[in-house]
Amino acid sequence: MQISEELVKQITNAVLSQMSQSGVSSSAGDTASVPSAGKMPSLAGRERINEEKTSYASYPRAKKGTDPKEVVIGVGAAFQKEIKKTICGIPLDDVLRNVKAGIEEEGMIPRVVKILDTSDVCFMALEAAKLSGSGIGIGIQSKGTTVIHQKDLYPLSNLELFPQAPLMTLETYRQIGQNAAKYVKGEQVVPIPCTNDPMSRPRYQVKAAIMHIAETEQLDPEVGAVEWEGR
Amino acid sequence: MKRSKRIEALDARPVNLDGYINEWPEMGFVAMSSPYDPKPSIKVEDGKIVELDGKSREDFDFIDQFIADYAVNIDRAEKSMAVSSLEIARMIVDINVSRKEILELISGITPAKMTEVMNHLNVVELMMGMQKIRARRTPGNQAHITNLKDDPVQIAADAAEGALRGFAEEETTMGVARYAPLSAMALLIGSQAGRPGVLTQCSAEEATELELGIRGLTTYAETLSVYGTEKVFIDGDDTPYSKAFLNSAYASRGLKVRFTSGSGSEVLMGSSEKKSMLYLECRCLFVTKGAGSQGIQNGSVSCIGVTGSVPAGIREVLSENLVAALLGLECASSNDQSFSNSDMRRTARTMLEFLPGTDFIFSGYAAEPNYDNMFAGSNFDAEDFDDYNVLQRDMQVDGGLKPVTEEQVIHVRNKAARAVQAVFRNLNLSPVTDEQVEAVTYAHGSKDTLPRDVTADLAAAEDVLKRGITGIDVVKALAETGFEDVAASVLNMLKQRVAGDYMQTAAILDKDFHVMSGVNTPNDYMGPGTGYRVDGDRWEEIKQIPHIINPYDI
Repeated sequence: MQISEELVKQITNAVLSQMSQSGVSSSAGDTASVPSAGKMPSLAGRERINEEKTSYASYPRAKKGTDPKEVVIGVGAAFQKEIKKTICGIPLDDVLRNVKAGIEEEGMIPRVVKILDTSDVCFMALEAAKLSGSGIGIGIQSKGTTVIHQKDLYPLSNLELFPQAPLMTLETYRQIGQNAAKYVKGEQVVPIPCTNDPMSRPRYQVKAAIMHIAETEQLDPEVGAVEWEGR
Repeated sequence: MKRSKRIEALDARPVNLDGYINEWPEMGFVAMSSPYDPKPSIKVEDGKIVELDGKSREDFDFIDQFIADYAVNIDRAEKSMAVSSLEIARMIVDINVSRKEILELISGITPAKMTEVMNHLNVVELMMGMQKIRARRTPGNQAHITNLKDDPVQIAADAAEGALRGFAEEETTMGVARYAPLSAMALLIGSQAGRPGVLTQCSAEEATELELGIRGLTTYAETLSVYGTEKVFIDGDDTPYSKAFLNSAYASRGLKVRFTSGSGSEVLMGSSEKKSMLYLECRCLFVTKGAGSQGIQNGSVSCIGVTGSVPAGIREVLSENLVAALLGLECASSNDQSFSNSDMRRTARTMLEFLPGTDFIFSGYAAEPNYDNMFAGSNFDAEDFDDYNVLQRDMQVDGGLKPVTEEQVIHVRNKAARAVQAVFRNLNLSPVTDEQVEAVTYAHGSKDTLPRDVTADLAAAEDVLKRGITGIDVVKALAETGFEDVAASVLNMLKQRVAGDYMQTAAILDKDFHVMSGVNTPNDYMGPGTGYRVDGDRWEEIKQIPHIINPYDI
C-alpha cells in the first residue's frame, strides 16, 4: 500500500493548484443553486497512514561487514515498499542504482541494508557506517534526504549532509556514492557543493512530515536492520 | 470544465504554492487544542507534585517528571491552579496588573493550564500580552550570517554589515559542518569590526558548538534543542537532564545560552502522541525553565511549514512566544525560516512579533540574500532591509535595525574582510587573496565572490582544533596585524565571560559593552505613557531611510 492519492492531493497544494478544481465540476446544469464547496476529505480519526505494517522478521539480519572496500547504504523502513519515490518524485530504484554505481565507479563495493531501528537520517547513516567493513556508510530516507557518515563520529555530526531532499537529482546521488567511496580510499574529498532553495520549506514540509510518519510507522526495532540487496 | 479566468488568476498566486492541510489530531496536525490534550490538574503531597495534568506520578514520562520536579513552583501551585484560565488570560492583557504579578501567578501553573490560558486570547490580545510581558525593555534583533560556499571572508563582511545595521546577535552555520571553526572565527572578527559588543554563535553539532564556545571563538550558544514528547527526545539521544547538564557546561565557562524548541517538530518526527502543537510546545518551555536556561528560541522555528499549514497555526506561533515570556524566559521569536511564497503572508506573520516587540524579533534575519542562507532560508533577507526600515518608520516601531549608507557598508565590509585575511595569515591558516577581499567587500552574495580552496580551508579548520587555537590567539593575531580596535573588542567579549553579567535573562551588549538585560533594564510596560517608546535619537535614526525626496531637487 502506498501513500494514497487523496493524501498527496491534500498535502501538496502546489500540485493541487495546477490541477483542475474538483467539486465545482458537479455544478453542471442551469439551476440557481450554488454548488457546494469541494471539501478535502478529513483524515481525523485515522491513526496510521498505511493500515498495514510490513514484517521483516523473515529477512536476514544485517551483519557487520569485514571487507575494507565496502560502503553500506542504509535505506529507510518504507524504502521501495510503502514509498516508491522521493519527495520530488525520483523513483527510489533509480536513487539506489545511482548511489551504487557511484561507489562502484570508484572501485569500492556497495551493500544495501534496510534500517528498522530509526528513521532519523543521521542515526540511520551512522548505523550503516557501523555495519560497513570500511566504516563509511550512507543513510537515505525514503523521502530522499541523505547523509554520508563515518562510524567514529558523533551521530549528529557527519561527513556530508544533504538536508534538502526536494533539490536532489540522480547526478547528486551518483556523486554521493563516489564521494563515500573516496572517503574509504582516504583521498582528499571535495564535498559536493551545497544547494539551497529557501522556498522548499513552505512547499514541501507538510509532505515531508507525512512521508516521515509513513516511514516511522514501519519501524521495527526488534528486527533492527536487515539485508535489503536482492530483495 | 471551462475554467474561470478569475480562479485561474487566483490559483497562480504565490500563496497557493504554500502547503496546507486539514486538522488531523491523531497525527498532531492541530495547532491550539487537540481533543486528546490533557485537562489541567495538580496534586501536591508532602511538598511533592504527585499528579500533573491528569497523570499520577507513577505514570509520568521523563518530561512530566522533570516539569513536576523543577519547573512548577510547588509553593504556589495549588493557589495558582485555583484561578480560572479565563481570569489569568484577562490579567495578561490588563494594563493594571504588572508583569511581576503575572509571572508570580504563572509560576504555579501546569503546561495544560497554560495551553488553556492561551486558547482564551486572540492574536491582538496575544500581542498586547507580549508587549507587556517580554523580558527586556528594548526589543532586539538577531541575524543569520551564512553563505553557500561557507566562505569565511564573506561571513566576516556580512557580519560586519549586519552589526552596523543594528543586529545585537549574529548566528552562523555551515553547509559543510567541518568548516565550523573557521566560520566561528570569521563571525567573531567580522561582528566586532562592524559594531563592538555584538554576540556571536556558531550553530553546529552540540559537542563541537560547546568546544568552540569554551575556546572563546563564540560568545553565546543557542542550539540546545528540547522536544515535547519523550520519543523525540530519545531519538535525539537526549533527555531533559542531559540538556540541563549541557546548559551547566556552558554556564561553567561563563557563556550565554538559550535553548531551542518550537511547535511542529514532534509532528515532523512522527511522535506527537496526538497532542496539540501548543500543548507540546508548553512542555518544551517548562523543561527549558526547569533546566535553568535564561531563554529560548521558539515560534515553530524550522518546522514553520508544518505549523503554518494548519488552521490557526500562526496564532499558535505567537502563543508559544508569549508562553516563553510568561515563564520569564528571554524569547528569540523565530521569524527565521522561510515560511511562505507570498510576500503578504510572510510579512503578516512577522508583524505579530514586530509590533509588540520581543527580545529578539527574528532569531535569524538573513543578513545575506536567501540563496546564501544555510538555515534553508529565513522569512526576511538582505533584500528586505529597506522594506523593514520603512516599516519601522511607518509605524514608529523599533524592530532593532537602522538605515545605513553605502559608504558605511563598503567600509565595514572591507575592514572585516581584511581583518580575517590578516588573522588567517598570522595564524598560518588557509590564504585569503586581495582579490577575494575586494570581491567580498562589494558583494551582495556568494554569486559575486571568488571560489575558495575548500580542501585547504577544511585542513585549516581541522588545524584550528588540533592546535588548540582560542579567542585569545585571535586577539593576539588582530593586535599584531594592525587591527588593534577589533582586537580590543574581541578581548572585551572574552572578558564578559569572566564578569558573567551577560548571562542574565535577555542580555545584549551596547557598543561600550554595557549589559542591557531583563534584570537591569526590565520591561516596565503598563499601558499608555509607560514602557519603551520610540523617541529621541533612536527615532531620528529610524527616520533616516535612503531615497527621501530632497525638496531642492524639485
